[in-house]
Amino acid sequence: MTTSQSVITILVVVLGTMLTRFLPFIIFPEGKTPPKFITYLGGVLPYAVIGLLVIYCLKGAVFTSYHGLPELIAIVCIIILHKWKKNMLLSLAGGTIIYMVLVQTIFC
Amino acid sequence: MKLKAFKTALPYTLPICIGFLFIGMSYGFLMKSKGFPLIYPVVMSCFIFAGSMEFVTVNLLMTAFNPLHAFILTLMVNARHLFYGISMLDKFKNVGLKKLYLIYGMCDESFSINCTVEPPADIDRGWFMFFVTLLNQIYWVSGATLGALLGYLIHFNTKGIDFVMTALFVVMFTDQWERTADHRPAIIGLGCSLICLLVLGGNNFMIPAMGLILLCFVLTKNRGARKETIK
Repeated sequence: MTTSQSVITILVVVLGTMLTRFLPFIIFPEGKTPPKFITYLGGVLPYAVIGLLVIYCLKGAVFTSYHGLPELIAIVCIIILHKWKKNMLLSLAGGTIIYMVLVQTIFC
Repeated sequence: MKLKAFKTALPYTLPICIGFLFIGMSYGFLMKSKGFPLIYPVVMSCFIFAGSMEFVTVNLLMTAFNPLHAFILTLMVNARHLFYGISMLDKFKNVGLKKLYLIYGMCDESFSINCTVEPPADIDRGWFMFFVTLLNQIYWVSGATLGALLGYLIHFNTKGIDFVMTALFVVMFTDQWERTADHRPAIIGLGCSLICLLVLGGNNFMIPAMGLILLCFVLTKNRGARKETIK
């Protein structure tokens, strides 16, 4: 990607992000209530999008020679670590280090 | 008045300070390790200011140029802001021009404080929310900058460091899973995406996956509504 393409991509992301933040205040000026379907999507979409993002992160790994095995091991470790200690920073650091060790030693 | 609001806001943001410095630093470090100059994480953390999307943008910048895909992906990933906005319509009333910054800086963490914390009666609500948002943004941008700077100083085998993004989403997924009894939305998100990935491959699955997720929600909503009428 050239520099100008990078700049355009970043601008597009900024624009998209700001659109999601400002839109409700533009559509529903003081006093107007949003329709039910929008409120419903508001309740369910955040959960689904995180699932989507997990898969997005794994999109490269699934089609490699290990079919995402090191990723799977690290993810299981993160879930166990997170359920056990309930410490976000520990889970992030622990999971990333486990993965880095895996791909640099066993699955290299 | 401003000082008092600042002093009230500060303690609420301290836990976020630790998290943002850490995640911001991993983000900055990641960008540096992928070969982006310092200005990228600084500008992106300042102007995008939506953690998940900034990580996703690193990937976007490393794949083929496709602004439409980037735009739709941004809307989808950040769609939750729409609902934060809807929840804050009332609270952001009558705060003057600060409203613009409050909306601009409405990340998940600032939203959760501003939405739930009721400042004492002698504190100006608008300034309280303003400082919560500002402090959080300062932590995040500082973290990203420090991380990128660290990338210039420390050199080690960074292979696999991008997994920090996967780890972040897995942790968020686990947290959300435990916070709710209705796992259908999470399963729909994970399942639809996985099916689309396996069928369509890594480069073309995101937009169909988003469509399929929305479709599932439309269908299950009708089912839910019908159940209610039967009752």
